[in-house]
Amino acid sequence: MNFELGEEQVMLKTSAREFLDKECQKKHVRAMMDDEKGYSPELWKKMAGLGWQALAFPEQYGGIGSSYLDLIVLLEEMGRALVPGPFLSTVVHAGRAILNAGSEEQKKDYLTKISNGDIVMTLALTEEKGSIEPEDIHVKATHHGDHYTINGKKLFVPDANVADAMVVVARTKDSAHKEDGITLFLVDAKSKGIKTEVLKTMTGEKLCEVAFDNVSVPAANVLGQVDKGWSVVKQVLEEATVAECAWMTGGARWVIETALEYAKTRIQFGHPIGSFQAIQHKFADMAVEVEGCTSMTYYAAWAVMENDPNRALAASMAKAWCSDSYKHITFEGVQIHGGIGFTWDHDMHLYFKRAKSSEVTFGDAAYHREKVAQLINM
Amino acid sequence: MDFSYSAKEEAFRQEIRDWLSKNAKELPRWWFDRALKRPDLDAREFHDFGIRWHKKLYDAGFVGLNWPKEYGGRGATLLEQVVFSEEMAHARVPGPSNQIGIGWCGPTIIAFGTEEQKKRFLLPMLKADEIWCQGFSEPEAGSDLANCQTKGVEDGDYWVVNGQKVWTSGGHYSDWAILIVRTEPQAPKHRGLTFFLLDMHAPGVTVRPLRQMTGGAEFNETFMDNVRIHKSMQVGERGRGFYVAMGTLEFERSGIGAAIGRENQIKDMVQLAKETGKNKDPLVRQKLAQYFIEGNVVKYTGLRALSRQLHGLTPGPESMVMSAFGMEWNQRTSDFAMQMQGPYSRLIRDSKYAVDDGRWQYSFLRSRGNTIETGTSEIKRNVIAQRGLGLPRE
Repeated sequence: MNFELGEEQVMLKTSAREFLDKECQKKHVRAMMDDEKGYSPELWKKMAGLGWQALAFPEQYGGIGSSYLDLIVLLEEMGRALVPGPFLSTVVHAGRAILNAGSEEQKKDYLTKISNGDIVMTLALTEEKGSIEPEDIHVKATHHGDHYTINGKKLFVPDANVADAMVVVARTKDSAHKEDGITLFLVDAKSKGIKTEVLKTMTGEKLCEVAFDNVSVPAANVLGQVDKGWSVVKQVLEEATVAECAWMTGGARWVIETALEYAKTRIQFGHPIGSFQAIQHKFADMAVEVEGCTSMTYYAAWAVMENDPNRALAASMAKAWCSDSYKHITFEGVQIHGGIGFTWDHDMHLYFKRAKSSEVTFGDAAYHREKVAQLINM
Repeated sequence: MDFSYSAKEEAFRQEIRDWLSKNAKELPRWWFDRALKRPDLDAREFHDFGIRWHKKLYDAGFVGLNWPKEYGGRGATLLEQVVFSEEMAHARVPGPSNQIGIGWCGPTIIAFGTEEQKKRFLLPMLKADEIWCQGFSEPEAGSDLANCQTKGVEDGDYWVVNGQKVWTSGGHYSDWAILIVRTEPQAPKHRGLTFFLLDMHAPGVTVRPLRQMTGGAEFNETFMDNVRIHKSMQVGERGRGFYVAMGTLEFERSGIGAAIGRENQIKDMVQLAKETGKNKDPLVRQKLAQYFIEGNVVKYTGLRALSRQLHGLTPGPESMVMSAFGMEWNQRTSDFAMQMQGPYSRLIRDSKYAVDDGRWQYSFLRSRGNTIETGTSEIKRNVIAQRGLGLPRE
């Protein structure tokens, strides 16, 4: 039994913090909110230089061969810094799908390019209903000889505006059993018939509508087995959910540390406001929340890494807890700062908005509580 | 990071399981079947049942796991203690008795007591031949423990003690108590107390039961009228009693054992929901799932704290944040278990139609004490904010 980070994980965390403190200041985060691309290719290359995109991919595919848990450590720091751009969508959402289901050739090709920082990718999963359940996958792929034709619309696809390629989840067969008949495709984002539109978001994240109009994809680009793609999606969803939790935990810690600093120095009625019990008790509750985020995220990361029988339960518990906690922590972060916390100039709202966005990414707390209810046989 | 157990720990787990498979069946049937009538939890009969089971556990070497071997304990590792708690809770059997003694008084004597005190008190405590209680709180010293007014006056080899303690849990069947007494009235309040061991059968000690909102009387008022305490019963230095008492409170249960207890509580609530068809209600499903998640948050945060301890690191905020949360969890779940029963929630033990013979009603009432005993939720939040996060005192 060991809940501690290993020496190399601590080093990774420390060096990531130092790098991002320098390279990803809030000025940059704010600039990217209005930026058309939403990320800096220069920073992307620098991260690749540090081996971040390559971190958790095996060496034979151009990766570094570290564990999923190491990636979680890094993502916590990235979430703390609110690193803008397609890191999660490339490395986790699309990258894990390819790692889990790809052929040797696909893995060598795509994972090497991801690891080198040469391509940006994303996962086109949700549609107009905004759901991550198999019955809500309606984008259709029909088989014609050596290729498939994809038609339909995906929504909330992160970073599709800058993606070179995407993993598209499509229905290839109508079946009474909704998990059956779903297939994953590796699709060149520049293919004829794809139309991508960036939606305006609270956070400045680039969430897109991606319309497929008779998009032709070679049959060789099927990722995994035809009609059996949902098991891959499920696995990726668990990994991506826990990754989101790590991102959220990092952000939540920034909020608490920043609010603590303020409460210790802001004087009202002749005392630091942090000496008042009304404020202290808020912090006590926030501490419970954030410690819970860390405990549940790292337990879930371990369960995912070890393919523990409880991995789905652990991931859902973590996401339910982190969704509620991160949001509440940012509510209090604003409140404790008073008027200044409500301003555009203070950075608190960046976290506040991200918490709201993360809350609904890959299922909100209510969604995951229902998953837990099912998994404990209620 | 690794959540698996070592071969040694798994072997210990097997030892416990083997023992339980032979011995748990000797427990009365009412212990396992919540539909059967059980003795009143505050009754002597229930206490005696606990002592009999305790002695079986003692003979098997399962009492005082964390105590050093030289004092009759097992000297078990922290993880072995976790394994023990897990197995006991999984099997749903009662743990050892004399919990205040073994959890608080014993470790205090081991840490601060004299050799003579250790020889005299520790073994009978472990065997539950002598039952212990705690005499800290007073009418004017609740959260502000240092405001203790019970007075001790020196008289040769003795201290003559006068005053009153409250909330003395189990005082009515206890043989000994740990006690704080004001011995230096001139000193600042935190530096004027001395810590003693009190013979509850000594002349001048009167125990009067306090009836709780559950209807039972698990705790008491203890009056001391010219009680003579020999100086050999002093623990730690004169005037340092407050700090010894703070040390005692640090020995508060690690909370690890409670983790599986929480899983059992949720399992029972899920069962209750299924029996009443409430498991189909989305609100009920949300609530029960949330409680299940919260129970795991306490569990894994507890394991994190333990892990830091195992690796010799100084405890971080994770070690203190879950105490109040866990207690409040008891209240939330007990409240919701009642809510699921609708109109039946008003029926108590011995009533026709009472659900599970009123066990939920009892825990609903009893749980209100959880956020008061061992420090109120408010005090615990102050501790998190001030000691854990470094916020200034008012």
